[in-house]
Amino acid sequence: MENLLDSWGLTVATFSPLVGALVMFLIPKEKEYEHKMIALITSLWVAFVGLMLLIWFDLNATDKLQYVVDKSWIQAIHSRYVVGLDGISLPLLLLTVLIVPLCIVYSWNHFPDPKNPKTFLILILVLETGMIGTFVAQDMVLFFVFFEVVLLPMFFMIAVWGGPNRKYASLKFFLYTLFGSALMLVSFLSLFFLTGAESFVFSEIADNVVAHTVSRTAQLWIFGGMFLGFGIKVPMFPFHTWLPDAHTEAPTVGSVILAAVLLKLGTYGFVRIAIPLLPDAAVEWAPWIGLLAVIGIIYGAFCCLAQTDMKRLIAFSSVAHMGFVMLGISTLTDFGINAAIMGMVAHGLITGMLFFLAGSMKERYHTLEIKRLGGLLIQAPKMGWVLGFCAMASLGLPGLAGFWGEFPAILSAYNPANGLPVETFRTFMVVAALGTVLAAGYLLWLLQRSAFGTPKEEFADDPNIHDATKTEWVAWAPLLALILAIGIYPNLVFRATDAAVDASLTPCLTIDADKATHEEIESAHCSDVYGLGDHGSDHHAVSKG
Amino acid sequence: MLLAFERPAIDWHAVAPEIVLLSVGVFITLLDILFLEKARPYMAALSGLGILATAIPLLTLGIDGTERVLFDGAYVVDNFSLVLKAIFLLAGYVVILLSTNYIVDGDYWESEYYGLLLASLMGMIMMASSRDLISVFVALELLSIPAYLMVAWRKRDPKSNEAGLKYYLMGVFASAVMLYGMSLLFGVSGTTVLSEIADSINAGNGSSSVMTLGIVFVVAGFAFKVSAVPFHTWAPDVYEGAPTPVTAFLSVASKAAGFVALLALIFVGFYELSNIWEPLIWILAALSMTVGNLVALRQTNIVRLMAYSGVAQTGFMIAPLAVAGHSLATGDQALSAIITYLAIYAAMNLGAFAVIITLARRTGSAEIDSFSGAFHFAPGLTVAMTIFLFSLAGIPPLGGWFAKFEVFRVLATSGETWGYLLAVVAAINSVIALFYYATIARKMWADDPSESDLNTVEITPSLISALAICVLVTLLFGIFPQLVARFTEVSLLASGV
Repeated sequence: MENLLDSWGLTVATFSPLVGALVMFLIPKEKEYEHKMIALITSLWVAFVGLMLLIWFDLNATDKLQYVVDKSWIQAIHSRYVVGLDGISLPLLLLTVLIVPLCIVYSWNHFPDPKNPKTFLILILVLETGMIGTFVAQDMVLFFVFFEVVLLPMFFMIAVWGGPNRKYASLKFFLYTLFGSALMLVSFLSLFFLTGAESFVFSEIADNVVAHTVSRTAQLWIFGGMFLGFGIKVPMFPFHTWLPDAHTEAPTVGSVILAAVLLKLGTYGFVRIAIPLLPDAAVEWAPWIGLLAVIGIIYGAFCCLAQTDMKRLIAFSSVAHMGFVMLGISTLTDFGINAAIMGMVAHGLITGMLFFLAGSMKERYHTLEIKRLGGLLIQAPKMGWVLGFCAMASLGLPGLAGFWGEFPAILSAYNPANGLPVETFRTFMVVAALGTVLAAGYLLWLLQRSAFGTPKEEFADDPNIHDATKTEWVAWAPLLALILAIGIYPNLVFRATDAAVDASLTPCLTIDADKATHEEIESAHCSDVYGLGDHGSDHHAVSKG
Repeated sequence: MLLAFERPAIDWHAVAPEIVLLSVGVFITLLDILFLEKARPYMAALSGLGILATAIPLLTLGIDGTERVLFDGAYVVDNFSLVLKAIFLLAGYVVILLSTNYIVDGDYWESEYYGLLLASLMGMIMMASSRDLISVFVALELLSIPAYLMVAWRKRDPKSNEAGLKYYLMGVFASAVMLYGMSLLFGVSGTTVLSEIADSINAGNGSSSVMTLGIVFVVAGFAFKVSAVPFHTWAPDVYEGAPTPVTAFLSVASKAAGFVALLALIFVGFYELSNIWEPLIWILAALSMTVGNLVALRQTNIVRLMAYSGVAQTGFMIAPLAVAGHSLATGDQALSAIITYLAIYAAMNLGAFAVIITLARRTGSAEIDSFSGAFHFAPGLTVAMTIFLFSLAGIPPLGGWFAKFEVFRVLATSGETWGYLLAVVAAINSVIALFYYATIARKMWADDPSESDLNTVEITPSLISALAICVLVTLLFGIFPQLVARFTEVSLLASGV
């Protein structure tokens, strides 16, 4: 079993959905039941493979890539098929393989217009291949290919099954993301050539950056290109404008996948590629990233307060939450990035759940205009409670998953990595903390307006409004359970990520300049951006004196 | 004194593809003369078979793998020329598949059409081997003159006649400019063989301003052929007026032939003078991408849109040349990148035209709006068109991504600011291009069909074969780019410098 997983596990997980999609492609579209079954079985099989990968994963060596496969792919450009899994990828991979079957179950009986389950499900499966592939790819070109593969299915999902304004939204989503990724590709290529690496494999590029020291200016530019590529995907203020449109127009399942997984591709890119490969440039960019992150937090929160549509409100709350994640990343500390990954998982579970709820409410009320909603707790009490639970989780109530994403991220800004301006980050910390207050404000207000009170007259006797159905419970229960489980025992995630994050950061960022000896600092060969040189020698002098 | 003409030694194996193709062309023409209407139904099939037969000596030459130089270096059969000949033949075969029903349905002259198509193809495969100003020019005329006629093939349609005349006048004008440039090159170097021109440049003739003028004229002449801005103005009208299979042929094969000549001239002839042609190409590339894409945004007719998108694609293809003079290694990479692009572009562009031809047969219109809701009445074609469109836009895992990737790779590898700048221009342009490609796809998927008639489209077997070939190639090249990359790793520079 272990051998089989070692050589095939990740490849099977990545390409099984594609095989399922191919099979479905050959079956005529009238056989809807068969299509649903094939899609469900495929996604459950992938989830099973994911579970096996988790069980055999060596949790004592999360900083090492496991299940590595290294095969020749495009020799002409020195790109290889290299996949592997470490503690950073693992939680995100599991999140993906969990969300997809839930989405298929959820859509079982209510496919959005114009129905056509065959194409819809094929798109979801292709999407799954792209998402899993991005999380396991260890080669820049391979990463780029998977990163882009997700665009097409999502574009069609929004453009065909979306809301009234779907055409505008789908194209905007596509164009924004492609713009970023085109510049990202140029950055990847420049980095490859400037380092003179033998292949596009991450670890090798990283070694070469250290050895050849690409000029500071070039590093800054290259990081800038990656910043655009990943930052648009996250999305960071001011590139976030595609997100509310895409979310609002996308069908429920599309929104769920978008929020739960697709946005994480961007933050994952920062953690996996941009920061480990270009640490020096990261230090110079970090204050700006942090600034944009806190602007995103505050701006997103204010936008939420102003929204009249529930789905749009949740979309803007994503901007704010991803701001916390980016703030954690921008501190460049072990602590901050761990918090960020936790934030990604928590946001995936909670916001995914909120979009499920929004979809279910839309189905019942045929509107998500907040002022027409109300009294959900009377008409559909269980759904009302679930909404309350998710709102609490989203605003960061201790004991639920959201808390462990936000709180440590804020805290990490108190003590950013070497070379970062401490005062600036402490200011960010204060502002971000204010953001949590606003988050509580808009979420509770949403809850109050939609769940409390009495139903509005137009819906008072609507027979269409009933409590959660069985399929809905099947789709929601795992998410709700995980939100609670991670909230109570956050080590579920931190256990996997901690060592891996630590290994991905250069010692220069994390060395404690006050405690480390002169030799320790010397041996790290840090450039002057970390501000260690003077500090270290001072310390040395003092200790001698 | 008696002038004794001695026939130069001919390597018959090397010219076997040309001879087979020529024989098929002659055979078809004779059949037409002898049997007239009776031979008509077999013409398409015979031409197709003829092309396949031509591929056999090509394969044996490829397996053999030695470089063969004929006529004192004027005609060379090497890996570069073999790969391109293969691309031309495959493109020609697909065009015949596309033409089969179109020409019958329109009740146009059929036998002559295929004869001309083969003649033009003959010019192309000759072009791939030409390494001499004269053989380049002869090949160019051989491929162009039949094309002028084919463009005007819809003889009852004034638009087609206008297109034919326009194409003819523009083409002849470009030929004249080019020929003048060639005469200048000959005047300075005293030879027509490209490798000898290179020697002459190395010997110090490169600094002559006449040489510069000659290069500028020759490059401008081929810029017409490949429809690069600002020499692109003929393309939209000609593409729109010509029978659509001919448009497909022009946009792929004829363009590729222009590129081949340009590559041979630049790499074998005046590689050393990169300070002259690099800036020229840089401007052509940046302009073609930007102008082509921006104008394409405003098009409502799909064929015109494809014309402008083709102009933009030309910009991408030509871009690697702008840094090719940086070093020999970069030059080789640029060459491979352009050939890779040509091969993948041939598959996806022909595929797109195959869908356009099939859909236009049903809707009777080439307006983009008439394709709205195609998903409802032609789901298979819509999926195929989606593949081609997004491949053209360069979205992985479809073939086009690797073509674009190769271009970016060459631009980044030079390490020059100009290269990076062009890469950024290209990156921005791929976003603009995506806008109109995605708009078409979105209309086909998401809009409601304009007609109430939801009968499915009838697709003829030859169109199905053409589509299958193109889809397969586009997907395979995208997922396993090594398939194409191993063939396009060729070099012209060893002989040039």
